[in-house]
Amino acid sequence: MTRILTEHFDTEPELHEIDVYRRLGGYAGLSKALGMSRAEVVAEVVKSNLRGLGGAGFPTGGKWQTVPGEDKVPGPRYVVANADESEPGCFKDRVLITRAPHQLLEGVLIAAHAIGAKETFIFIRGEYQNQYDVLARAIAQADAAGFTAHASIALMRGAGAYISGLDTALLETMEGKKAWPRQPPPFPTVSGLMGRPTVVNNVETLSMLPSIMVKGGEWFAKIGSPKNGGTVVFSVSGHVEQPGIYEVPMGSKLRDVLTLAGGVRGGRKLKCVIPGGTSMPPLLEKDLDIALDFDAIRAAGTFLGAGGMIVLDETADAVEVAHNIERFLAHESCGQCTPCREGSFWSEEILERMLEGKGEGEDVRNLARIGENITGKVICALGDTVGMVTRAYISKFPEDFNKRVATDGS
Amino acid sequence: MGHRVKFKLNGRELEAPEGQLVIDAAKEAGVEIPHYCYHPALGNPGNCRMCLVEVAGAPKPQASCRTSVRPGMEVKSDSDAAKRAQASALELHLVNHPLDCPVCDQAGECGLQDYYMKIGRYQSQVREDKQHKEKRIAAGPHVMLDQERCILCTRCTRFVDNVTQTHELGIFQRGHAERIELAPGMILDNAYSGNVVDICPVGALTDRDFRYKVRVWYLDHTDSVCPGCERGCNISVHTNTQRTWHNDGKRVARLKPRHNHEVNGYWMCDEGRYGIADLDADRLGKVLSLKPQKTEMSWEAMASELAGRLQSAGPGLAVVASGMLSNEDWAAYKALFVDALKVGKHFFSPEPDQVGEGDSLLRRKIKTANLRGAEALGLRSGSFSELETMLESGRIKALYVIERDLYRIYGDKAPSLLSKAEATVLQGPNKGPLGDHYTYRLPATAYVEEEGHFTNFEGKVQAYRKALEPIGESRPDWAIFTLLLKALETRPKAVLA
Repeated sequence: MTRILTEHFDTEPELHEIDVYRRLGGYAGLSKALGMSRAEVVAEVVKSNLRGLGGAGFPTGGKWQTVPGEDKVPGPRYVVANADESEPGCFKDRVLITRAPHQLLEGVLIAAHAIGAKETFIFIRGEYQNQYDVLARAIAQADAAGFTAHASIALMRGAGAYISGLDTALLETMEGKKAWPRQPPPFPTVSGLMGRPTVVNNVETLSMLPSIMVKGGEWFAKIGSPKNGGTVVFSVSGHVEQPGIYEVPMGSKLRDVLTLAGGVRGGRKLKCVIPGGTSMPPLLEKDLDIALDFDAIRAAGTFLGAGGMIVLDETADAVEVAHNIERFLAHESCGQCTPCREGSFWSEEILERMLEGKGEGEDVRNLARIGENITGKVICALGDTVGMVTRAYISKFPEDFNKRVATDGS
Repeated sequence: MGHRVKFKLNGRELEAPEGQLVIDAAKEAGVEIPHYCYHPALGNPGNCRMCLVEVAGAPKPQASCRTSVRPGMEVKSDSDAAKRAQASALELHLVNHPLDCPVCDQAGECGLQDYYMKIGRYQSQVREDKQHKEKRIAAGPHVMLDQERCILCTRCTRFVDNVTQTHELGIFQRGHAERIELAPGMILDNAYSGNVVDICPVGALTDRDFRYKVRVWYLDHTDSVCPGCERGCNISVHTNTQRTWHNDGKRVARLKPRHNHEVNGYWMCDEGRYGIADLDADRLGKVLSLKPQKTEMSWEAMASELAGRLQSAGPGLAVVASGMLSNEDWAAYKALFVDALKVGKHFFSPEPDQVGEGDSLLRRKIKTANLRGAEALGLRSGSFSELETMLESGRIKALYVIERDLYRIYGDKAPSLLSKAEATVLQGPNKGPLGDHYTYRLPATAYVEEEGHFTNFEGKVQAYRKALEPIGESRPDWAIFTLLLKALETRPKAVLA
């Protein structure tokens, strides 16, 4: 299977060194981009069908096109690389940064040229200390090699909030404020960091740009499925024989990724697969032939997310899983809007009571009702998730839930 | 905002400026959409999610405080889906709310109670224990904070961040652990701190001086104007006369700002709001002659006696007044003292005792409501040092003092200065420290016991209404002046000469 970002991972242990990266053709994409006009670079990315791999799946070229030109909005504009990888189950950015930091830097510098940014930032999760060090060293190397002449790269660290991974909350954090998501419009490409036009792209998305520049948007688009160009890197964890990151073309089957990861551990039966990170509704055994791209998986009622694939075998209990996820979401709810702040904690408490064997007759129906009252009625995607997760497990595994109120309830 | 466009609200064809917030356009059409976080003067963070409405074509309910009117748009705020969205947002607000309404001062004017009755009325599904936070934080000299009742709408933090720019309050922690707290090392003691109580839609921020005093539904509300400075903030006087044994027996329970876009917006200052502590204390209630001994008199007898003494003082009569008089008072003052008695010397300058701090928000340095009213009638004030010299020299035979405390001007010298004049009159609501040094005491109404008009520093004439019955025999200043004028006019000519 075609690999783009992880092509040299098995063979080049020193890929994080600029010399190794350059020997393998690194920074050729940047010099090619710098020889093109901004519009040409954007057009190439539009052609590539590259989608936002941080989870939203928004076409990257389309996003860039909404940045107002300097004739309309003169003055600074920024590129921000979102390296605040916090979704439980997602660790691909961590590996991409550790193994191939220059691939990211090159992508950032290409994006900067594309929108005319003279300053760029990499906002990295606070817990990623090692990755921070790797990036700091790589930036120094890129500076010394003269690659940052047209745009500087600065590193900024998060302080431990999951919500800071959401673009507008990330921008608030960068401005020194509480990480409360903004409510577009205006979108960050129009008014982002410090009110300036800002492109926020995920690490994986940006890392795709060097190859797109070198080999062309058409080549990239052909690798994937319709409207979903290139590859996607899954972080596979949970009940599989070989957890790890696996890069596959967009549109690959869920079954193929599972096979790459060695299948369900110990020959057990599959209970479900969370495709994109804990916040996404799970898929079942019968869904294994679903194509993994943004649109096909959406049609199956869940999301590709950031590719944080968690595999659960038959020993998993859906109430425990739902409780685990709601507990996380309640802990990480930013608290800005009421339904998410109160609903996540309420759901967690009900699930906790059910786990303690104190489930009551109305609990399941009430949990579903609470979820319904949150999703679609909140400011950001975290809140939507809060209301979605429990309902998804209730609808897919009603027996696990009913058991908790029927036999243990008073 | 753009030109007026047509849109539909609950099936009604309406017009509004393009770009106006749907919640505002609805309000102007008489439809109140429930909301907590939105406040016209504090912005629309859209965090309470109470104002959700259905917008045709939108896949999910929209926050009407974040949605602008567009031509042809169809909005439903009363459809089943919209009502369900609003009710569910309310339910989530109440999950951890302590429901301690029986001991909450906000009860009766609480956004949670009001919306529960209007759009809620569901059976609670909460089986879990409520979260506990701090319930008794003295946030500052005037405001109590109860974190459990707080719904985190951020109105108060936006007020201290954007209006006073003093930043005493913030939201600390995250998610369900979030709470309003004082910023480290600060207390809520800015000049406008009381406004956070008004804007708090629940009982999280309450007035310390109103705490547990009286239920709000026993209070009567009267439109008035704050007499505390020359801004003339529009206020509502909340009076307690139905439960006289409540509120420590005080008739004025509290003052609240009344919205007036042109004068005070939604706010009033703490000086004006909390300066009412003793409105009923130290009052003059009787018409008295104090010399040679204290004698109660009827208004008519007093008027007759006083008319004679004032007239006989001739050019030796001086009048002290203040900007506390209404336009009506000033007109009667002029008819009596200028036109009839030909008094040449008037002393109503705010210096030195009626000046204080001002700022760029509302507070003015001159701490009386209506100097402009006097100036509009052509009255000019002499200085109080000039008055002192005149009293010392014995040129003043009669001194008439209206709503002014000479002790605050002359200090310990005041009694001896008063003794230099043959006749001295104190007219006003309060006795003050010098009350016993006057020859006559005439009880006048406080501003809450009369109606009238103040002209503010910008020349705006504003009406204030009568909230309470006068204490004792108190009469409005203009009525006393008119009575004296009538007494003068009916005096026999022979005596005049």
